[in-house]
Amino acid sequence: MWTWFHKLASPPHVYRIAGLLVPWFGWVGGVLIAVGVVWGLRFAPADYQQGDGFRILYVHAPSAWMSMFTYVVMALAAGIGLIWRMKVAHAVAASCAPIGAAFTASALVTGALWGQRMWGTWWVWDARLTSELILLFLYFGYIALRSAYDDQQRADRASAILALVGVVNIPIIHYSVVWWNTLHQAASVTKLARPSIAPEMLIPLILMFFGFNIVFGAVLLTRLRGEVLLRERNADWIRALVAQP
Amino acid sequence: MSLMEFLHMGGYAAYVWPSYAFTALALGWMTLAARRAHRNALSAARKRLAMEKSAS
Repeated sequence: MWTWFHKLASPPHVYRIAGLLVPWFGWVGGVLIAVGVVWGLRFAPADYQQGDGFRILYVHAPSAWMSMFTYVVMALAAGIGLIWRMKVAHAVAASCAPIGAAFTASALVTGALWGQRMWGTWWVWDARLTSELILLFLYFGYIALRSAYDDQQRADRASAILALVGVVNIPIIHYSVVWWNTLHQAASVTKLARPSIAPEMLIPLILMFFGFNIVFGAVLLTRLRGEVLLRERNADWIRALVAQP
Repeated sequence: MSLMEFLHMGGYAAYVWPSYAFTALALGWMTLAARRAHRNALSAARKRLAMEKSAS
């Protein structure tokens, strides 16, 4: 079992498998998003309160979900890298940060547009919005901290600790609409009870969620391949790989 | 539904379309940046190997 695991997590193996998976993930995720966008914009019925404005949900909610999910993946990978001194895990963590930052920016911008229309303001300093902004700064801080070290191992360890400390922000974001009074509406899909959203509105949202997650997988694996190449610069398998025409 | 009606988004066009555009931008950027990072790493490895060869 452990030899199998070590073989699986060995850099040349990761590089090769990731290369095989990327096109599949990219196309499947891309098609899901395309179908979700057309369905969400054209065929889902308008909301009885928010009219066609609610269609921002289809890009806002998946972006916001991915902004948190990416952070959890990053923190988990950083933790695994710290505890088991696994280079590939550190490479995964480092690959997550720019992707998470992009999702967070998307969540904030689409949220501001939605807020301006529905609440009459781009921004309020309430718990949900502020904690999401802190998430963006955590990603930026993580990237900046990594680039401050020349030594790869030090960068890995210091940034892993930042990632692990910052994970406390994730439950704060998620429960902020429950714990504090906020303009932000409460969750309508991830409730434990039945989701309070009509099925014909829900299906495109589910497509978008899956599409975003799978595209994230493709982008993460592509970045991971680059990271592995940089880290393993002197390994023989890279010589062999590069020597190929 | 006419095309103009669709683009009008029931009066929410100025909010719906920029939202979708920005999210598309974010997804497009992360895809292209990841591919560029991988390509750069590959060409750096190639350069290093070529330098080693010319040095030896």
